[in-house]
Amino acid sequence: MKARIKITLKNGVLDPQGKAIANALGALGFDGVGDVRQGKYIEVELDDTNRASAEKTVKAMCEQLLANMVIENYSFELEDA
Amino acid sequence: MKASVIVFPGSNCDRDVAVSLKAAMGSRPAMVWHGEADVPASDLIVLPGGFSYGDYLRSGAMAAHSPIMRDVVAKARKGTPVLGICNGFHLLTETGLLPGVLMRNASLKFICKDVLLKVERNDTDFTRRYAPGDVIRIPIAHHDGNYFADEDTLDRLEGENLIAFRYCDDAGALSDDANPNGSQRAIAGLYNETGTVLGLMPHPERLADPALGGTDGKPMFTSLVEAFH
Repeated sequence: MKARIKITLKNGVLDPQGKAIANALGALGFDGVGDVRQGKYIEVELDDTNRASAEKTVKAMCEQLLANMVIENYSFELEDA
Repeated sequence: MKASVIVFPGSNCDRDVAVSLKAAMGSRPAMVWHGEADVPASDLIVLPGGFSYGDYLRSGAMAAHSPIMRDVVAKARKGTPVLGICNGFHLLTETGLLPGVLMRNASLKFICKDVLLKVERNDTDFTRRYAPGDVIRIPIAHHDGNYFADEDTLDRLEGENLIAFRYCDDAGALSDDANPNGSQRAIAGLYNETGTVLGLMPHPERLADPALGGTDGKPMFTSLVEAFH
């Protein structure tokens, strides 16, 4: 099973990198760009074939290492291999 | 006094801080590899600056799960003083020994320069040789030093007097111009509730000898030695 994990900054946390990306898009001539927020995307392959237990494992992975829960949220999808 | 410096793959200020400690203590600190299970009996544990694990994922995120950190956290919770400098401060927040997080600098630039710090307290083992309100010159060298915590946490840090150092101007005043990295409330360093864990982004070991161009960092090491003699 494969987990596709998205880590994003919580609302209210300033994102200077997102702001720089928005400015760069504007400089390239892309009009109408509003707020830009950047984050991380992580794929994890798991031996587990049980969806419920894989979900529990990935949640623990996110909370213990992959996301810093002070500033980040996570979401993920599980995909059968 | 016995001190231990924890060495991670990618630490690069471990030997600098060992030199500062030796100059103050008269003996060498133990250099402890991150893969060890236990820190030898120490009056002080130092988490040095650098780029542990190449800052992969987040600064300090990998090193926070190194085998040695389990013992560092356990000893810190029992009261052993821990000093985390720069990447060591990242580690203290990643392990939850200190609240908040150090984000990318607001300018997005790596900043390497001397800054001025206001000493907020001198009633801890780290700062007795300073006076409250002292303005000291200490270098910073970081990409991720922008301190962030939610408003409730920031209010608690101020209310409980847990802020150790703030970025300031030469008169000791806080301003956006004097804040190099966008840190909330100009926070450069923090204590835990017992004042035994100190994390700071600036590098006192880099200005602790006249040959380095300044000695404003030296009183921190002298204070620690005096506390444990």
